Amino acid sequence: MLRWILGGAALLVVAVVGFMAWRMMAPPPADLDLSRERPTEAGIYQVQIAPQIGPVVQGALHSWVATVRLADGSPVEDAQVTIDGGMPQHGHGLPTAPQATGHQGEGRYLIEGVRFNMGGWWELTLDISSPAGEDSVTFNLVIE
Amino acid sequence: MARVGLGAALAVLSACGQADFSEQEKRAIASLSLSALGELPHDPSNRFADNPHAAAFGETLFFDTGMSANGAVACATCHLPERQFQDDLALAEGVGTTHRRTMPLANAAYSPWQFWDGRKDSLWSQALDPIEDAAEHGFDRAAVAHRVVAHHREAYEAIFGPLPDLSTVPAHGSPRGNPGAQDAWRRLQEDERYAVDRLYANVGKALDAFQRTIRHQPTRFDRFADAVSAGQEPAGEAALTALETEGLRLFIGKANCIDCHNGPRFTDDHFHNTGVPPVPGLPEDRGRAGIIEKLLADPFNCLGAFSDADEAECGELRFMVTASPELERAFKTPSLRGAASRPPYMHSGQIATLEAVIDHYSEAPKPVSGISQISPVIFTDRGRLALIAFLKTLDDDLSDP
Ligand code: HEC
Ligand code: HEC
Ligand SMILES: [Cu+2]
Repeated sequence: MLRWILGGAALLVVAVVGFMAWRMMAPPPADLDLSRERPTEAGIYQVQIAPQIGPVVQGALHSWVATVRLADGSPVEDAQVTIDGGMPQHGHGLPTAPQATGHQGEGRYLIEGVRFNMGGWWELTLDISSPAGEDSVTFNLVIE
Repeated sequence: MARVGLGAALAVLSACGQADFSEQEKRAIASLSLSALGELPHDPSNRFADNPHAAAFGETLFFDTGMSANGAVACATCHLPERQFQDDLALAEGVGTTHRRTMPLANAAYSPWQFWDGRKDSLWSQALDPIEDAAEHGFDRAAVAHRVVAHHREAYEAIFGPLPDLSTVPAHGSPRGNPGAQDAWRRLQEDERYAVDRLYANVGKALDAFQRTIRHQPTRFDRFADAVSAGQEPAGEAALTALETEGLRLFIGKANCIDCHNGPRFTDDHFHNTGVPPVPGLPEDRGRAGIIEKLLADPFNCLGAFSDADEAECGELRFMVTASPELERAFKTPSLRGAASRPPYMHSGQIATLEAVIDHYSEAPKPVSGISQISPVIFTDRGRLALIAFLKTLDDDLSDP
């Protein structure tokens, strides 16, 4: 009985090891949507992101500009934007806490304090709230 | 027998030429070369950072044992120039014994955060910590100020301008020192405290300027990487052996080491919990999680009164993660340049040899608290040897072609 339990535990450990190793080593999915302009989940907003000064390099602290429009294309001037993200295949979050630090007009929001400290697949999620409603959108980025 | 067979097969696999590297591997190799290291970042918080007179004064201070409680400890006591500016000990020995291992200093100026837990956001602010640490210099800022007046007046004034009048400042005083020193500090007028703090910050700024001159030197790996990048077959000592090449492939591939040990300094300058066990008997060490409040409240940080930077130039501090389960027992990824010849390893010297470091990564033990960011990797015996052989190519004191 004890032997059986130990055997089971060992099997489980092996399974976990295999899974973790697979998770860590997997390259980003081939069909990852890398578009920089997307609608939010519920379709309230259309959001476009662009690095303030391209191209994005691993390690450097840098800024992005997010342009937020309503579905009809009109700019959203009074949004609260918060940023989250991380590496889905590594199971960790962003190494910094980026913030939307100002509205630059025409629905353009400056996002400061972004860093990607590793190569691979990153997600950047923007939560947007304005009188039009609360909605969020996740972008995929692959850092070399 | 099966093991020998596997080893031989791997050896055959890796005996082929460098041309075998995939384009992705070539990019990874180039990214690790010292040639890919950018210019030393400008430090807006220290306007003397690139002043050669400040660097020369900083060098004097680095070796000045007069800035210690027992007259015997200088920065160089633990950061030995001939030993990569570290001391080969698990825990450093100053006036007392520290709780952490001495860090080597080459290219530390590239990092936004100093110390294993990154509790300082510049080299000048960092330098103020060991001087007042009871286990290191065991000194205090009032005593530093008096020492500069008595022994370094000319050098100081040539850089920072006239020294303040310290005639009313007692011999010892600091908000961090023993009760006597803290008492003396409280009794000072605000302008006296400011004068001492400013002088003290300038001592840090000179030490910063000196440490910015401590740089990594290219090693065999860099000569190899530069040849690969140039599309040439690495020749002579720049050619890596089959075993070293295999280790490099593991490092940038299946073993995931490059996730954290990336870029020309082999560090992502970030903090990770890798499940390194605490040392029995030492006080609890939460790594990054334990220092956030202190860093935000530090009068010598980038946003403080003694910094030369504008708020806009303090991005690291303004946008740092202040609360996350990922900070628990997270320590700064150390550079692996020169690591092979300076055991022991990890933040408190917990691991004695490179072999045992590889065992650690293979087992990926559960941390005593927090979440480990490493996953177990199964290495063959040859894989272990290969990784170690590769790490030695980052160290010209050790690598034997
Ligand atoms: C008693 C030994 C000792 C003395 C003296 C000492 N240090 Fe250190 N140094 C250490 C230890 C130990 C650490 C790591 C401490 C930690 O993380 O808490 C360290 C870390 C550092 C770092 C951080 C490097 C990095 O990559 O983060 C710098 C820079 C540094 N010391 C410079 C100095 C300077 C400048 C002085 C003199 C003012 C000095 N040290 C005096 C032992 C010492
Ligand atoms: C998740 C990030 C991460 C990964 C992946 C990683 N390391 Fe580390 N490494 C670290 C951190 C953080 C430390 C310091 C940990 C501590 O002291 O608690 C470290 C320490 C080390 C040290 C000790 C250096 C010193 O000066 O103390 C060596 C050697 C090392 N790693 C090699 C490797 C190798 C080889 C691999 C791949 C098998 C690897 N690392 C993978 C983050 C990582
Ligand atoms: Cu990651």
